[in-house]
Amino acid sequence: MAVKTLTINGDQYSAQEGESILAVCRQHHIPIPTLCHLEGLSTVGACRLCVVQIEGNPRLLPACTTKVEEGMIIQTSTPKLEKYRRMIVALLASEGNHVCAVCVANNHCELQDLAYQVGLVRVRYPYLYPDKKLDATHREYVMDHNRCVLCTRCVRVCDEVEGAHVWDVAGRGINCEIVSGLGGNWGDTQTCTECGKCVMVCPTGALFEKGVTVSEMEKKKGFLKYIITARQKKEWISQSE
Amino acid sequence: MAGTETKPRVATVWLGGCSGCHMSFLDLDERLLDLADKIQLVYSPIADVKEFPQNVDITLVEGAVTNDENEEMAHIIRKHSRYVLSFGDCATTGNVTAMRNRFGTEALIDRAYQELADISNSKPNDHTLIAQLLPQAIPLHHVIRVDAFLHGCPPTPDEIWFAINELLNGRIPVFNTQFLRYG
Repeated sequence: MAVKTLTINGDQYSAQEGESILAVCRQHHIPIPTLCHLEGLSTVGACRLCVVQIEGNPRLLPACTTKVEEGMIIQTSTPKLEKYRRMIVALLASEGNHVCAVCVANNHCELQDLAYQVGLVRVRYPYLYPDKKLDATHREYVMDHNRCVLCTRCVRVCDEVEGAHVWDVAGRGINCEIVSGLGGNWGDTQTCTECGKCVMVCPTGALFEKGVTVSEMEKKKGFLKYIITARQKKEWISQSE
Repeated sequence: MAGTETKPRVATVWLGGCSGCHMSFLDLDERLLDLADKIQLVYSPIADVKEFPQNVDITLVEGAVTNDENEEMAHIIRKHSRYVLSFGDCATTGNVTAMRNRFGTEALIDRAYQELADISNSKPNDHTLIAQLLPQAIPLHHVIRVDAFLHGCPPTPDEIWFAINELLNGRIPVFNTQFLRYG
């Protein structure tokens, strides 16, 4: 495959044709915040946190879905990008019901980590306090829509890795939500294998195991790399994570 | 006490919160003695002062703005304070206090004063005696201008110590990753 040379934050890098900007940045330890992206799942470019500036293009493009091109000049961290990323996290915080102090995922939450990473000191937008549902019909797990950021990781891991496709996305705009089956209770679906992959890839406390209380729900994402490596390379390498 | 007039005038206020932030403030323990030498505490739930005074240098505000009394107090605080600090997660985000927002005030009052009442199940109706709930509990900075934010539920004594000392030294405390912390 052809090698592409590009400039990121003033430094020259080479990359394989077809690689994403995010993949190149990760290889070279250039930090870019992400939320919907998860190694091992398809990329959807939904959260827009990984947006970068590319010279000659007036629009900001997501690093996860944008492929490298010869001669690209990319900025990954500018005041404009930092401002937009902070706005995205603030909007996520304002459109859900995120109460860290009483959340199962407190201190183990990617949304919380992102708030620190982007320096979200306070949210200026009015909080919406939407009346969202909580589905505790499943035998093992709970889906609390109040804490869902619609990253669709659960949808993708269930479809692409487990092959069950229990989850999907319904509605539009502010009414958008994750649904199980055709919109009924999670516990009533015929397709759920109770594997728990969705729970482990969920970045917040939206999906959690029954019986855990505040700060107890730690997500272990190492399994995903383990399964993917095993399937693709036939190497069963255990992950410490 | 000699020289108290020259010490910075500090106030702490308890709005719609659980007083946990003030408990954490008291957990400064022996550092409270140092603080007592440095400041003049002019208004606080732990000091018996009825009216919020004028010319306050630093005011720490715990809790969300959840009723009309809080709202009125917030404006008084802003008017008479040089620096206003949102003290803890309820003041900063609404936090637990704001969890009632999705239910509506009527349902909330019914639940608290009637459904769960053991003896008397009358609802508060004289709002000259008991503050009236606002439709929603909201963060302090959605009501008045706030100069600095101290996060945490509650903020730790170390974080409080850092914030107060920065303000006493005339600096707005900047919370880097060390102190920026929700929950």
